[in-house]
Amino acid sequence: MSLKSAAAAACVALAAALPALAEIDAPECVAPAQPGGGFDLTCRIAQQGLDGAFDRPIEVTFMPGGIGAVAFNQFNTTRTDDSNAIVAFSSGSLLNIATGKFGTFTENDVRFLATAGADYGAVIVRADSPYADLGALMDAFKADPGSVVVGAGGSVGSQDWMKGALLLKSVGADPRQMRYVAYDGGGDAIAGLLGGAIQVYTGDVGEMAAHIGDGSMRILAVLAPERLEPPFDAYPTAKELGYDTEWTIMRGFYMGKNVPDADYQAWADAFAAAYKTEAYRQARESKGLMPLELSGPEMDAQVKQLIGELRDIARDAGLIQ
Amino acid sequence: METVLSGLATGFAVALTPLNILLVLFGCFSGTLIGALPGIGPINGVAILLPIAYGLGLPPESALILLAGIYYGAEYGGRISSILLNVPGDAGAVMTTLDGHPMALKGEAGRALSLSAVASFVGGTLAVIGLSLFGPLLAKFAVTFSPADYVALMVFAFASLASLVGRNGIKTLLGAVIGLMLATMGIDANTGVPRYTFGIPDLLAGIDFLVVVIGLFGMAELLHLVEQQVSGRLRTLPVDRSFLRRADLLRTRWTILRCSVIGFFIGILPGTGASVASAVAYGTEKRLAGKSGDSFGTGDLRGLAAPEAANNAAAGGALVPMLTLGIPGSGTTAILLGALLMFNVQPGPLMFTQRPEIAWGLIASMYLGNVALLIINLPLVGLFARMLTLPQHYLTPLIAMLAFVGVYSIVGNPFDLYLIILLGIFGWVLRKLDFSLAPVILGFVLGSLFENNLRRALSISAGDWGILIEDWKSIALYGLAVLVVILPAWAGRRSARAAADAVED
Repeated sequence: MSLKSAAAAACVALAAALPALAEIDAPECVAPAQPGGGFDLTCRIAQQGLDGAFDRPIEVTFMPGGIGAVAFNQFNTTRTDDSNAIVAFSSGSLLNIATGKFGTFTENDVRFLATAGADYGAVIVRADSPYADLGALMDAFKADPGSVVVGAGGSVGSQDWMKGALLLKSVGADPRQMRYVAYDGGGDAIAGLLGGAIQVYTGDVGEMAAHIGDGSMRILAVLAPERLEPPFDAYPTAKELGYDTEWTIMRGFYMGKNVPDADYQAWADAFAAAYKTEAYRQARESKGLMPLELSGPEMDAQVKQLIGELRDIARDAGLIQ
Repeated sequence: METVLSGLATGFAVALTPLNILLVLFGCFSGTLIGALPGIGPINGVAILLPIAYGLGLPPESALILLAGIYYGAEYGGRISSILLNVPGDAGAVMTTLDGHPMALKGEAGRALSLSAVASFVGGTLAVIGLSLFGPLLAKFAVTFSPADYVALMVFAFASLASLVGRNGIKTLLGAVIGLMLATMGIDANTGVPRYTFGIPDLLAGIDFLVVVIGLFGMAELLHLVEQQVSGRLRTLPVDRSFLRRADLLRTRWTILRCSVIGFFIGILPGTGASVASAVAYGTEKRLAGKSGDSFGTGDLRGLAAPEAANNAAAGGALVPMLTLGIPGSGTTAILLGALLMFNVQPGPLMFTQRPEIAWGLIASMYLGNVALLIINLPLVGLFARMLTLPQHYLTPLIAMLAFVGVYSIVGNPFDLYLIILLGIFGWVLRKLDFSLAPVILGFVLGSLFENNLRRALSISAGDWGILIEDWKSIALYGLAVLVVILPAWAGRRSARAAADAVED
């Protein structure tokens, strides 16, 4: 055992022995948006899943403004050492950090803490679509990238757009040739798909739970690394069909950069312990998320690596110079 | 028809249980209050009460009945502060200020409140009837509305609002342009490029509609009041005991019916809601009124009834795609959809067969809720109207406080409070220059819908403008737009000629 890992182990043991260190007396989860959205749900997972981890229940607060940029900037300026507060993020936030939308601060100005769960991208068409399977759609992309009208709820450069761009790239087509229609939210985009305004919807697996079984839409592929659990196990991944496209929507939490190590570790341990509980599983499932359980420095490193990869993808797609 | 009747029977069996009746009443009453407070509207009323409804351990149908009650109750209550204070209680009540507040100034606040309550009741009830009879059918039609059709709808909306161009054409147009400019701020969805954000992260998502409404309308009104008070020109209003008369109802009955239908259809369309519905209804009614429409904006009964019938009908209409297809058509219905998912209920066509107690229970509760709202609201008219007799030096700071708390409770960002003050000063200056503020708000709402859908349509067609006139729905809407501009002029000339003939006789 090296000195470093021994020290880490000692830290963990210490933190486990002294749960809820003195500094965390009013735990708070900041949802950087208005109530009711995805960040709200992410915070509710922490609130319900970590019930009892601290002396007081986690309070959910809202800090909307500028697609999450306002919260990100505040935790980089005035609340960098707030041990009580964790802030919800999603892959969309990571993409915004990667493309520089959050201003001068980067991923190295915060500490990523833990994941809440994951959702995966999905390629969805209307039930009567001429594209029988993903192969047929990809052939069309290959022959003429502009021949298919793709749409989703996010703007150009958002993760919804990115899913389409990555699909095109996997068959060697130029993402900038894609005919992409930016709707105002997933609901409008699904309406557009059902009404025939768009032919392909690059949405998420989770939101499709509401539509499975009514026969109005078909999922051609999920953009997950491997087959998902039921009820989504019937859908092939793009990877197994031979197209190297993957889009995991990670949902999780970050903290300010100057939070004391012991407090950061106490939070990380609280998450690591909660992942094993039935209450956490229920909280996560009721919010439509699939398991993705990472916490502490390991998670921080993985997310920072992921942002680096996103930056490369964004550069390839022409989003940043 | 039979399925509708048996469905309604199931629904009323659910809605008429004591618990659910109580929840309908509570939801409608608190919804009215939430709507009446400037700044707090249906969307945050529902969002705030959602965790409470969940925490109480209510069965899903009861929770939904409560939340929906708050939703349409708030749409009902929005008119109160529009009429009394000239500050829209929520986004859908902007047009209600135009004729509602002048009535209050004339000492007819009670009449305005009671007439608008009846208009709201008719709009809300017709929407529920439409929802129960033709829900699934209408939803299927609504999703076929392509971006190109929305462009045509916006052209129609602009055409019907051309009637707002009154004495001061240039200033109205300038106001609309200011609204359009405000709407362009934030990240452009079609390119991902930030526009006019000046490097301020708070502006990346654009300016919230609510901030514009409260700032331009609310704060500007308060500044105006303070100015009048300082200069000693403020009139104190006498106690207002006016009430709805039978003749008022007879005079506005067609307006209310027409605007209920307009509001319901616009509400069904995903992406357009109460604010667009009330604007189109107001504009259309003013157009149809022809010469007598000149009194719109000075306290005309029809100008008050039109937007109120429309915005309540739109609230019911927005539930159609949510319940029958699982597609939220507005921000509030998106939260209601989230509430259903929290209870592991999947909205959509299957909900009516698999969970009829929820789908039909909600619909049945809305019949009860609308009646309850009318019964709650009419006796309170006198009480609300008395608010106007409060001395201004108490009322003004109270409204300011409510507006700030209301806005902060939704947007939760101090930056937006500064923005409200800035917009308020701007709005006050515009008023000093004799601008009307309604065109600014309408430019803001319709402008972004118009721009986004135009660009969506052109992305779909790869830049071919022909897509705009490809579909019969677009062409029909352009036809209506032309009619709504030409018809009043033609009717005006005919009646002038008829008058001339009559003189000759």
